Amino acid sequence: MTPTRKRRLIAVLLILAGVGVASTIAFYSLQENLLYFQSPSELAQQPMPAGRQFRLGGLVKPGSVERQGEGLTTQFVVTDGPEEVTVEYVGTLPDLFREGQGVIARGALDDSGLFAASEVLAKHDENYMPPEVADALEESGHLMPSKDEG
Amino acid sequence: MIPELGQVALIGALLISLTMGTLPLIGASNGNQKLMRVGQTGAVAQFFLIAVSFIILTWAFIVQDFSVEYVARNSNLQLPLEYRFSAVWGSHEGSLLLWELILCLWTFAVAIFSKKLPDDFRARTLAVLGWISAGFLLFVIFTSNPFGRLIPQAVDGLDLNPLLQDPGLIIHPPMLYMGYVGFSVSFAFAVAALLGQQVTREWVRWSRPWTHVAWAFLTLGIALGSWWAYYELGWGGWWFWDPVENASFMPWIVGTALIHSQAVTEKRGTFRNWTLILAITAFSLCLLGTFLVRSGVLTSVHAFASDPTRGVFILAYLVVVVGGSLLLFAIRAPGMVQGSNFAGLSRETLLLINNLVLVVMAAMVLTGTLYPLLLDALDAGKISVGPPYFGTLFALLLVPLAVLLPFGFYSRWQEDSLKRLMGELYVPAFVALVGGVATYFLLPTAGGWGIAGVAGGFWIMASCLRYYRERMSSMPGRRPGRSETGMIIAHFGVGLFLIGASLTNPVSQEKHLRMVAGDSFELAGYTFVFEGTRGVRGPNYVADEGEFIVYKGGERVTSLYPQKRRYSSGQVMTEAALDPGLTRDLYVGLGEPLDERGTAWAVRLYHKPFIRFIWIGALLMMAGGFLAASDRRYRRPVSETVKHGAADANLAEAPA
Repeated sequence: MTPTRKRRLIAVLLILAGVGVASTIAFYSLQENLLYFQSPSELAQQPMPAGRQFRLGGLVKPGSVERQGEGLTTQFVVTDGPEEVTVEYVGTLPDLFREGQGVIARGALDDSGLFAASEVLAKHDENYMPPEVADALEESGHLMPSKDEG
Repeated sequence: MIPELGQVALIGALLISLTMGTLPLIGASNGNQKLMRVGQTGAVAQFFLIAVSFIILTWAFIVQDFSVEYVARNSNLQLPLEYRFSAVWGSHEGSLLLWELILCLWTFAVAIFSKKLPDDFRARTLAVLGWISAGFLLFVIFTSNPFGRLIPQAVDGLDLNPLLQDPGLIIHPPMLYMGYVGFSVSFAFAVAALLGQQVTREWVRWSRPWTHVAWAFLTLGIALGSWWAYYELGWGGWWFWDPVENASFMPWIVGTALIHSQAVTEKRGTFRNWTLILAITAFSLCLLGTFLVRSGVLTSVHAFASDPTRGVFILAYLVVVVGGSLLLFAIRAPGMVQGSNFAGLSRETLLLINNLVLVVMAAMVLTGTLYPLLLDALDAGKISVGPPYFGTLFALLLVPLAVLLPFGFYSRWQEDSLKRLMGELYVPAFVALVGGVATYFLLPTAGGWGIAGVAGGFWIMASCLRYYRERMSSMPGRRPGRSETGMIIAHFGVGLFLIGASLTNPVSQEKHLRMVAGDSFELAGYTFVFEGTRGVRGPNYVADEGEFIVYKGGERVTSLYPQKRRYSSGQVMTEAALDPGLTRDLYVGLGEPLDERGTAWAVRLYHKPFIRFIWIGALLMMAGGFLAASDRRYRRPVSETVKHGAADANLAEAPA
């Protein structure tokens, strides 16, 4: 083997080793940081072990939002129709959080089955409107915004 | 009637782009000057038509023409004039039109500023840009027409997403697109060079300033996006590893690799294949980003599957562009001349490592972004990849980059010795050590990564300063030109960014709490006094405005007025208030009222040190890019040997 070739071989081996190490770390890091998304119905069928982080998604059940005492603790119920889960969150809620609206909470179940959220996201698309509602509006040609809340 | 003219202009531009894509290619293959010149004329005409159609859409927003569906969806009677401009690109159709306008602008610029290039090469470049434009126009006309009518006409429109009603969002998308679409020029140069078998060192020299400018714009666009997210989303974060952010970050990483690889190819003739591949990849990632953001796959893969026209179109476009250019590369690459050899320790090797690390970084972001989509498409469950995945890997990969960076510009081409480099770099190493130790004692919460980041930042910045001083003290004729000065400025910016990015998160303090008028809270030595709220009225919203007076050591520092706005369309939004500073930001966000009378509020308080370093660093990178692009070297006339499209006579002495 000529010296040049030998040098090249070493270079290629080093590159391969480096890329190998990087991909291994990436793979494990990915495995560790995967968060599953569950709806209340999926959760009812296959309960997550307590303490395991996942994302819970559904609608905020109307009338279920309750502030606890003087602090920033809020409890609300996330439902997808047939099933529901009670969520507890400490902190300020996002602007788009509202009863009857879609929400995603990240956190874990505690031993009593209460979902302790560390983050709450309100779902929206770029038009701030669920696609079905926008479609319905489009069909009627009725693009007037609702002023009832303003 | 006027909106229909906009549509006609789009169709006219499509016909022109198709002509541009064909005639100059034929001309270039048989040396017909007239046919080749169609490219320039076409570029000008195309730009004119798209500009007309863009102005027509803008006009529809200004005069509130709610018979145009896109206007009715993204504007209303109360929308202030300045946001009617930004509403033009506030949603899908308009932002695609902006994409196309900017593509035409770049094509126009290539037609104007490439007079010194060989005719056939210029004709091919413009033809490739013509094809890109034709594909995009087809997409706009058939799936995303911004001029569609709404019958019957609406009395009033919906509203522009309030998040987008902000000065930052007026300029963020155009800058981002200038960068995104700018990589189409590097791509067109690469494909034209492959088509004409002109992959020479001169080719890279022509291509470099375009890459620099595109990269600088992309840097600015990403920085603006991050800054906007910081103050507008109201959560004090500056980067979320959100798929939309990743979509613009991936081309940036590969574009950075491309800039470095082009340097090697221009100076030494090596890495030609690699430079071509990177030019193709950078633009492909820009298209992938457009696909991710515009097809709806990010909201839900199934939403994409239920209305597939848009997504499938971009996907097909992506396949044609990537597949076609890679196929061309596979056919042409084996015949290419190789560059000169280099030793194990040389600038070439260091830039090769830079490229490898950057490519691994891009692959890591790509994996984390696409993996959830893949699983969802296979019905294997809905997952998301948490930010720690990106954060950890990014930090790990930054370590070799930061450590080796100063070696990169200190080292010599072809061969260097470690001893010489150590002799040059022991001073910066010492500065880095001092910086790290000082951080350990002064900022106890910084943690390992914070200390490493400060040390790395000092290491890079000190090397830059030392290198620049040395270079400035050399012989008058050999002092650094704009290209080299730009490089130093950009790398100095990297150092500053590194300090900001690694220090801000661990050292920041935040508190979510309940406050009643008169309450005060101390955070990081600052006392925030809540004075209560009052109602205020804006052009198209009403708001509760809180007043916070901030004291430090008994002295009044500033007053902050965060708002909770309710737009006329019923949407609610937080407008955070901040007091920016070079070494720290104070930041207050108003949550929701906690009682019926509205006296108690949920409040978020933040103290964020060094966060400005992040954006100042990014701005320096941008400035360096622009400065380097303006170097006189890039405007030198083309040598005779290249005009004939001959292979590199100047590299003949360097067999592989």
